Amino acid sequence: MDFTTQHLLALLPLLITSLTIVAVMLGIAWKRNHAMTFGLSVIGLNLALLSVFAATSVAPLQVTPLLMVDKFACFYMVLVLASTLACVTLIHAYLGGESGKGYPGNREELYLLILLSAAGGLVLVSAQHLAGLFIGLELLSVPSYGMIAYAFFNKRSLEAGIKYMVLSAAGSAFLLFGMALLYAESGSMSFAGIGQAVAGGAPSLLVEVGFGMMLVGLAFKLSLVPFHLWTADVYEGAPAPVAAFLATASKVAVFAVLLRLYEVSPAASGGWLTELLTVLAIASILFGNLLALLQNNIKRLLGYSSIAHFGYLLIALIASNGLAIEAVAVYLAMYVLTTLGAFGVITLMSTPYKGRDADALYEYRGLFWRRPYLTAVLTVMMLSLAGIPLTAGFIGKFYIIGVGVESQQWWLLGALVLGSAIGVFYYLRVMVTLFLVEPNLHRHDAPFDWGQRAGGVMLMVVAFLAFFLGVYPQPLLVLLAKFSIG
Amino acid sequence: MILPWLILIPFIGGLLCWQFERYSNTLPRWIALFTMLSLFVLALWLWITGDFTLAPAPGGDPVWAHEFKMQWIPRMGITIHLAMDGLSVLMVVLTGLLGVLSVLCSWNEIQNRVGFFHLNLMWILGGVVGVFLAVDLFLFFFFWEMMLVPMYFLIALWGHSGSEGKTRINAATKFFIYTQASGLVMLIAILSLVFIHFQQTGDWTFNYADLLRTQFAPHTEYLLMLGFFVAFAVKFPVVPFHSWLPDAHAQAPTAGSVDLAGILLKTAAYGLIRFSLPLFPNASAEFAPIAMYLGVFAIIYGALLSFAQTDIKRLIAYSSVSHMGFVLIAIYSGSEIAMQGAVVQMMAHGLSAAALFILCGQLYERLGTRDMRQMGGIWGRMPWLPAISLFFAAAALGMPGTGNFVGEFLILIGSFPGAPWVTSIAATGLVFGSVYSLIMIHRAYFGPSKSDEPLLGLKARELTMVLGLAGLLVLLGVYPQPVLDTSAASTHGVVQWMSSAFNQLDQAR
Repeated sequence: MDFTTQHLLALLPLLITSLTIVAVMLGIAWKRNHAMTFGLSVIGLNLALLSVFAATSVAPLQVTPLLMVDKFACFYMVLVLASTLACVTLIHAYLGGESGKGYPGNREELYLLILLSAAGGLVLVSAQHLAGLFIGLELLSVPSYGMIAYAFFNKRSLEAGIKYMVLSAAGSAFLLFGMALLYAESGSMSFAGIGQAVAGGAPSLLVEVGFGMMLVGLAFKLSLVPFHLWTADVYEGAPAPVAAFLATASKVAVFAVLLRLYEVSPAASGGWLTELLTVLAIASILFGNLLALLQNNIKRLLGYSSIAHFGYLLIALIASNGLAIEAVAVYLAMYVLTTLGAFGVITLMSTPYKGRDADALYEYRGLFWRRPYLTAVLTVMMLSLAGIPLTAGFIGKFYIIGVGVESQQWWLLGALVLGSAIGVFYYLRVMVTLFLVEPNLHRHDAPFDWGQRAGGVMLMVVAFLAFFLGVYPQPLLVLLAKFSIG
Repeated sequence: MILPWLILIPFIGGLLCWQFERYSNTLPRWIALFTMLSLFVLALWLWITGDFTLAPAPGGDPVWAHEFKMQWIPRMGITIHLAMDGLSVLMVVLTGLLGVLSVLCSWNEIQNRVGFFHLNLMWILGGVVGVFLAVDLFLFFFFWEMMLVPMYFLIALWGHSGSEGKTRINAATKFFIYTQASGLVMLIAILSLVFIHFQQTGDWTFNYADLLRTQFAPHTEYLLMLGFFVAFAVKFPVVPFHSWLPDAHAQAPTAGSVDLAGILLKTAAYGLIRFSLPLFPNASAEFAPIAMYLGVFAIIYGALLSFAQTDIKRLIAYSSVSHMGFVLIAIYSGSEIAMQGAVVQMMAHGLSAAALFILCGQLYERLGTRDMRQMGGIWGRMPWLPAISLFFAAAALGMPGTGNFVGEFLILIGSFPGAPWVTSIAATGLVFGSVYSLIMIHRAYFGPSKSDEPLLGLKARELTMVLGLAGLLVLLGVYPQPVLDTSAASTHGVVQWMSSAFNQLDQAR
């Protein structure tokens, strides 16, 4: 196959990200400088974001049998890159500005790891081949072990890193086994090839088991119940900005590839697999919300709530019709926005690094009377996660319910209503804590000038978007309606 | 262009209150008062100048006295579509009036975070006006859910801690979860309705006028109707779904109770009349006997529980359950007279419940308790307040000469031909009503006094509020004609929908 300029254009986001990785690595080797590393990463990510527009101009285009750069991929590239960018700004705030203050170890490598992980995400969202899927997934996951355990002198962080590594490896093993079974039956590794090979007639047991095992592997990464056991511990142990990355970019990329697999190989949604997925969805919604109910650690709470949110998303995946792709895109965009905001507030509260994050709920008591704007951001995020009108989350939930109604998934909708009712309880609990009377407690507090820093500006933008898209989502919806697969 | 302003005024006023708190604690109060007065005056002006012979009716497009339409989310066929007919103008006027009162009654009660308090208060009222004006189902749902958040804050942050370990946060959360979960069921029903309409016509729309033309299979229509009914029943509150109400009322600040009893409950009745009946007339006709028995049950059950309360605010809260039972019977009776009675009853209950809650608030400011066992003998300790309370208690039990009498009388006389049994049992509710009203007066104001210390009399502000309400209630009682004239066209339209459905049902049997 000839490589033309068009192919290069399509690959541009990935190429620029990879170049940034090399530049950052060389930069660190040449001279350790926190500000410079941060600057390089931000410039690289921004260029990569801009280059997605170039990629859309040639989409859809197949680049090597492994990757397919279409509008669908472009949208998720934007989502992955933007959330990485947000996480990078949070990391900068979190590690502390100048040396001597904040994080005591080497700071620069965290940027390297997150960029590597983002490159993995870019591969994953455009993968149309099992090999591409696996390469992307591993490139996404392996650096995150390092990121989670980055505060390695903190026992919890180290524990979380090891736990994630072991379970993630187990997930990958399932995934590989499933791929092998699929290949054995269909003789092809590309999504479309598998779809054609098994189309017509009932899928054989081998195919079903293969898809089932792949589903298990991906469910590990998406932390769907019952493969969710690592979530809360990892979210709690990981440094706040890293947890933000795991909850947003990493999950978005995995969900995007799952959706593509489902759309391109319809065999995946036949027989008992749909029932399996339905059970996963209902279990995730109910257990995620129930487990979050009594958490006093806000990072764990957000971890469990993310389980529930991916349960809601599965409704659209199971429906796989009409509005489904659009609904997933809308919901993921809203979810990313909201989660970044929530983790952003936690990060800024824990800024600069002081040994442990400000993640206990009591540390947020009466925050409104100390930091009104930071509180306003977190309030909007909680309302958005709960799906209340005037926030972006409502539009997302609206779409998911719309898809559920369209495909008449009444059981799943019932679970969604029940889950939301439970969810409201803990989101409100967090929210009202912010406004309660202030106790004499100032152990952790955001620095006063947080608003002027990059992280603060980013949070303000996120909060504004979450509000604006909740009131006037039309521009986003028009845009997303065009982002189809292929 | 005037309808959006009815919604925008409270929202903008609320933001101003919040921002001007930094200069003074009194400034937000004046801004809020001015905001509510302008809303009230605007609504009154619309009422006086408007021609309310236009209202939606079966056949043809719905016609409105005022209408506003603007694109919002064309991707899903969602518009900002506001419209006003006789029913909505009455409700908006009531909202404006109670808005003014709720600002006035919290003048002394709320002393901390005044700006933020008024922000929440204004936004509740803005959301309620939105509910009364929206005729796009998405917009309706948007406002329906949106007003929960400020109400939640109002109860959770400025509420009173209740007795027996019931905290205000729990009460607020209970309120929120009940309404939010039932609201999602309604959202599912709305979306199903839209999809069915989409399958029939190929158009995405949430517009009331278009959705009215949707054809259903009988079974589907019944399920969709239930979806709407659940959401409205929780807010109404119909008895199995009522348990949030007494908690929320007992814990809420006075202004919160006034809004909750005065207008938030009315949004549910309004929703049934505006949306549930016209959209699903056949299913509603089929469901009517059940709904009416639920109404009867609410009347008796609310009255009995009301009688057993020791907390005076819980007593009034349960009496609301009882009074709204009458409204439920009227709505499903399919009689125009009863439906007109329901409108009067909604207005009258809005006024009388608001007044009773304001009086409770004033009592609480002086005594520091809402427990009637701690009261007694107040009649001799302060002027005015006990006597006025007696008047409103008499109004609540349906004394002729007050609006409540007109409402209940019309409801009973209208429903009797269609459902004699239901009406007869419901009429006994009036007797129960007098029992709990009088027992409230007896326990709180008569009997042995706990202390001889005279209590602080009513200030001019407080006296004006309650006397004004008393005057309006008497006016509604002796001359309800303007209200009846205004709502006549709206109720006539709805009853036409219902009666044709009832006729079909009779033929089928």
